Amino acid sequence: MKRYETVYDVMVIGAGFAGMAATLFAAERGLSVAQAGATGGIDFSTGFLDLMAVHPVAEGRYWDSPWDAVDAVIRDVPGHPYARLGKECIRTALDDFTTFLASQKLEYLGHADRNTPVFSPAGTVKRTFRVPRTAWKGTEALRDKAPTIIVDFHGLKGFSGPQIVEMQKQQWPDLKTARLAFPGSIGELYPEHMAWTLSAPERCAELAKAVAEHARNVEYIGFPAVLGLNDPVRTVSLLEELTGRHVFEIPTLPPSITGPRLRATFDRGLAPRGVCTFSQKMVLNARRADDGLFSFQIGAAGDVRTVRARNAILASGRFFGKGLLAHRDGVIEPIFNIPVTQPSSRTQWHTERFFARQGNALNLSGIEVDDRQRPLGTNGAVLHDNLFAAGAILAHHDWMRMKCGAGIAIATAYHAVRSMIDSGSKG
Amino acid sequence: MKTISTTVLIIGGGATGTGLLRDLALRGVQCLLVEKRDINAGASGANHGLLHSGARYVASDSEAAMECREEGELLKRLAPQCIDDTGGLFVAVPGDNEQYIADFADMCARSAVPCHEISVAEARSLEPALADNLVAAYAVEDAAVDPFMLSLDNVAHAVSLGASYRCNTRVTGFRIDAQRITRVELVDDTTGEPLCVEAALVVNAAGAWAGNVARMAGATINLLFSSGSLLITQNRLTTRVINRLRKPADSDILVPGGTVSVLGTTSVTIQDPDACRPSVEEADRIINDARAMMPSLETTRYIRAYAGVRPLVLAGDAGDARNVSRGFSLIDHERDDIANFVTITGGKLTTFRLMAEKPADLVCRKLGVDSPCTTREVPLPPSNMGMWTEPGLTAKTWLGTRDPHDLILCECEMVSRSVIDAIVDTIGTAGPTRGQSMLTAIGLRSRVGKGPCQGGFCGLRVTSHLYDRNCVEGTQGVAELKSFIERRWRGFSPILWGLPAMQADLQEALYCGMMDMELQIPTAREDATEGMETTTHPAPGEGAACGDRQ
Repeated sequence: MKRYETVYDVMVIGAGFAGMAATLFAAERGLSVAQAGATGGIDFSTGFLDLMAVHPVAEGRYWDSPWDAVDAVIRDVPGHPYARLGKECIRTALDDFTTFLASQKLEYLGHADRNTPVFSPAGTVKRTFRVPRTAWKGTEALRDKAPTIIVDFHGLKGFSGPQIVEMQKQQWPDLKTARLAFPGSIGELYPEHMAWTLSAPERCAELAKAVAEHARNVEYIGFPAVLGLNDPVRTVSLLEELTGRHVFEIPTLPPSITGPRLRATFDRGLAPRGVCTFSQKMVLNARRADDGLFSFQIGAAGDVRTVRARNAILASGRFFGKGLLAHRDGVIEPIFNIPVTQPSSRTQWHTERFFARQGNALNLSGIEVDDRQRPLGTNGAVLHDNLFAAGAILAHHDWMRMKCGAGIAIATAYHAVRSMIDSGSKG
Repeated sequence: MKTISTTVLIIGGGATGTGLLRDLALRGVQCLLVEKRDINAGASGANHGLLHSGARYVASDSEAAMECREEGELLKRLAPQCIDDTGGLFVAVPGDNEQYIADFADMCARSAVPCHEISVAEARSLEPALADNLVAAYAVEDAAVDPFMLSLDNVAHAVSLGASYRCNTRVTGFRIDAQRITRVELVDDTTGEPLCVEAALVVNAAGAWAGNVARMAGATINLLFSSGSLLITQNRLTTRVINRLRKPADSDILVPGGTVSVLGTTSVTIQDPDACRPSVEEADRIINDARAMMPSLETTRYIRAYAGVRPLVLAGDAGDARNVSRGFSLIDHERDDIANFVTITGGKLTTFRLMAEKPADLVCRKLGVDSPCTTREVPLPPSNMGMWTEPGLTAKTWLGTRDPHDLILCECEMVSRSVIDAIVDTIGTAGPTRGQSMLTAIGLRSRVGKGPCQGGFCGLRVTSHLYDRNCVEGTQGVAELKSFIERRWRGFSPILWGLPAMQADLQEALYCGMMDMELQIPTAREDATEGMETTTHPAPGEGAACGDRQ
């Protein structure tokens, strides 16, 4: 295929959760898709898929049922991205998304209607909606406070078995830890390298042997998330077979392997669907001709190419993903110059205390869209009838405090693609 | 209750208090220093880190200018490990007062402050970042000083001579009998336990908090609090100290500090020294003003802001004129009918040695000790307490040993696990120095948390290591991490545009999105009264100059 000569049905800008989801949903519906943009936050992901867990954030109220929480948010925060979607849309989007991941050997588990407590790398427990299969046994061990050992490794910094044990010891006396040498390594270890190493069955066997003496009286063994890269379920199953114990993963600090696993899964799964991925190329600017055709300049200074598409989905994220730029005098959206709803001055952006529950006002900033996910201009009218937006760039949510990042990304991407198809997207 | 006896009790662990501890120790006087937070937690750690040549004061205060010149020369000779002898420039831009520019060289000559005019072209070749429309430039003998290393080395030397100190130990009251302080009541804020000190003489060196301490003893000092904010850049922008050639005002000094530069300051009168923190408005004001002399200050990346409080002693309360210079105030509280109580406050980092010598002389006179000051001659030995604040040293040490098992825990500033271990050993896992956050105490003694990540990553890694070492238990380590991050946030939040906004986004995604820390585990000691201390842990090379700009 001639990558730069094709006119695509849609250009997806962004390669985080929202960009990946939009690309997937559009490709599955037979559209020709180009995708560009930095991978953004996905490399920093724990792999958990949050739907909705905390509302109102100022009260720090946890919800067992994410769907009840979604209802409450739709009622209390009319501008929240979920308010435009409805629960059925959100549910279908998440199901389609995880079905795709499972088809690529990255299976997710979770309850139909309630959140599941999971470990964070710091030994705190958060609640999430969908959990990679390789982490799932950890949720059972946590629920039952079963006899469990957390294994950590010399040379893997930022992952401390003693920290997790200390954080949990009041509630979980049967939790213990052991530090091992990683098979075949000395010095500093990196999760990606460890994951490659453990893709080899003979290394798993060495690891299982080293763990055995520490795991005599436990039912579960928890490892940092380094158990294989492309088929971690196979590595976990092998370790379970070799040790005779339930095995699970706990995400490590970024750069972890849980995010790259997701990225690799998309790379594998999207290519056969005809998606043209301009990997790690940023969209520098967009022009729209009178007939609506978009031209995007992508790449970096010195290596700029043009890609054309009949529609665009803006899923470029927030500040970390560069979807929004913070200047001293205000926040802008750099590609289409879409107006950004934001506090009146920088003095209002952040709270005095980082951990204040109400969160930062800046987090509610973002772009406005109509009920078909089309960005609005300054006058409140739809900017372009073939431009759609999805994910964290939308205004009126605080995904970090509400714990709804993956849910918003996937569900708004789903709705954007659906709206685009409804308005006749094919060329 | 635990009771400690000593000859002299010093209250306050800033540059003055630690300098006084060493001065008295050198004279053979037994002394104990107590500090309510940590070494240099106040203005001594929250300023430019500028060793003044004196040129800044030649118009307003010739005596202060001469003092700065003399003390600067002494420090360069006696404590070279703490000094980066960069030299300095004074530069003027169009619109700056022409008369001031014309008089500058003569004014320097009158105070015997070395200064020579250089061409604008030479100034720009020395410092290419300077504006291309300069109208005048002078070279002076300014230098950068690492105030943390300075104070920690003073403490270490004093301790080696038999003195002692306690951090996180706060005065709660005085018992006065027959016009003498007979007992000082304190609380150890690490454990919450009360203790008391019996001392022949008490020196109040509490800086901006000197008024509060004096009031507890029934004495009065009228202080004004002037909060000054500064900004730290990611990169070092100049080799030399750059001063604006004008009547001293806001935002006219840029001081290199190791790998960074420090720009400031503002001057905002506040009611309570604990209420000092840098603001968004101040950050903007500093940049808007200073970019005239260096345009890249508009676009450069900033790492953080911080603020310190200058205690300004009100006129009529300056104490015994024979004992004081105009830059600082030495008060013998005989005047308040307390025979064994002395206050020293105000002043500048550059003259801290003199600010220690004067009260030490008074103390010795009152105690009947006949022992002269030796700090003009005795070098300040480098110590392992202060050494790790030096930028680059941790990296050099790590590269030098090439121990494959020694991991870098702070990647921005290249601080390795073995360095953290060495610092933990000097702090002591259990003693009062660890305070309410061991991570914060480590941060003060090293460059942990001072790079672009502002503790977001290294804080987590060092915390894990503290759990591994058994230095923290239960949820304590995470609570102390939250406290550390909260304090970094004070300086981080005013500069969140551009790349720092992305960094802050990532930090919040980690701590809140990924770990729910905003909802779990209370922050260690969430008392709102903590003022500037950690907001103001600056990079090394940010020295003190309370009253910098009168």
